Amino acid sequence: MPDDFLIRAGLAGIGLMLAAGPLGAFVVWRRMAYMGDATSHAAILGVALALATDLPIAAGTAFVALAMALAVTGLSGRGRAADTALGVLAHSALAFGLVAVSFLPNVRSDLSAYLFGDVLTVSAADLVWVWGGSALVLALLVSRWNPLLTATANEELAQAAGIDPRREKLVLTLALALVVAVSIKIVGALLIAAMLIIPAASARALSRTPEAMAAWAVALGAAAVFAGLWLSLSLDTPAGPSIVAASAGIFVLSLMPSRRAR
Amino acid sequence: MNLIEARGLTVRHGAETVLAAVDFTIRAGEIVTVVGPNGSGKSTLIRALIGLERAAEGKVTRRVGLGIGYVPQRLHIDAALPMTVARFLSLPRRVPAEAAARALEHTGVPGLEDRQMSALSGGQLQRVLLARALLSRPEILILDEPTQGLDQPGIAGFYRLLEEVRQETGVAVLMVSHDLHVVMSASDRVICLNGHVCCEGAPQVVSAAPEYRALFGFGTGGALALYRHDHDHAHDPGAGHHHHHHDHVHHPSPEAENA
Repeated sequence: MPDDFLIRAGLAGIGLMLAAGPLGAFVVWRRMAYMGDATSHAAILGVALALATDLPIAAGTAFVALAMALAVTGLSGRGRAADTALGVLAHSALAFGLVAVSFLPNVRSDLSAYLFGDVLTVSAADLVWVWGGSALVLALLVSRWNPLLTATANEELAQAAGIDPRREKLVLTLALALVVAVSIKIVGALLIAAMLIIPAASARALSRTPEAMAAWAVALGAAAVFAGLWLSLSLDTPAGPSIVAASAGIFVLSLMPSRRAR
Repeated sequence: MNLIEARGLTVRHGAETVLAAVDFTIRAGEIVTVVGPNGSGKSTLIRALIGLERAAEGKVTRRVGLGIGYVPQRLHIDAALPMTVARFLSLPRRVPAEAAARALEHTGVPGLEDRQMSALSGGQLQRVLLARALLSRPEILILDEPTQGLDQPGIAGFYRLLEEVRQETGVAVLMVSHDLHVVMSASDRVICLNGHVCCEGAPQVVSAAPEYRALFGFGTGGALALYRHDHDHAHDPGAGHHHHHHDHVHHPSPEAENA
């Protein structure tokens, strides 16, 4: 019988992947990887804000992540200059976050928990937050699945069918901010984007339809959570990076040509 | 009954005026074709009519609840997005498998359901796009250069198919086309565009109009001869995107001076 903390860690990871799997698929399809980076790096600034104002960490993170995601959405699709602007935003948000945190007493030692996650210390209350947030994101994505997918496949087709691509983009932006807020405890601000992109990218080779890819992303992400936790326990490595490393291993396996479904 | 109507439609991309004061209407069951040189704003007009481009001035009115079947000029489905033809046909609304199969059969590409969209040839893709557009039972089909990348028999077949569909369903068709010879025989009305409406009317009227000839050449062989030339034809080298300042005439008259 595994220890309670391990069960909670596993549950938290699965909860995260329920939302991060399908959302990650959209991130991959829409080439929003950089946006995932920018949003999650901004989360550190959110942590600083929350600590300074005694707000819950998750609320601060969600707020700043959302602000960043909106800013980035506004910039995207404006050509090459936007790429530079994204880079400026992403890295300065991270830097300002780190600087801000350093001003706060008693936080410095915990910083790595926010950067790389601390899934082995997830509490029951954290679990409720992770699963609640994930369920919300999943419900949002499922309820708008077809419009989201149409707008992703082709904006003009969507518009002609009476779907507003900008609204669908906003839905994804909102979902992204929520997932970042949910996952900071599990894999940390620096590695959230990895859990969005890597499982979805691994799922691509196994899938012939968008729905299959989203489902595979959840499954492969959950597998990575288990493998990473096992790795962390047996080798005494940090849990968050171990999960991402396991995910990367799964990605390499998915590239094996024999399993390629085209 | 007007399905879509534009009044004084002006569209700008930054400082450049792409469309100036365009009036446009299409009625139920009509086939209207938009012709014009590259950069004349044909695609912009289509996009504005659908609502993809904002009107800087003027107004576009679509009948409330109008069902539009849109076939874009190019469809690029990112290779990162796995998508079978069957799944694509069900975007955004699910269609029964039999209906999808019938639509594919109808447009001449039966049995493609399980193929990946990214693996289709140009001709197959255009037909799948048309099948999808028809599945929504639209009142108007809007096609932006639907035969790009098709070979000659493919082009002829595609227009025959359109004509059949119109006769069966009474759908209105609005298309942008380079295939002038077919345009002239298949359309009820032709709109010659060059940043503004140069001339407009029945195909015979337009092909005789001096504004049209100024844009497409002075060939006496009619539309077929024009067609052979139009791909490499440049009537005003180096000014492909410029506004042509010949007279703004909506209704051509024989007295109008050749530009």
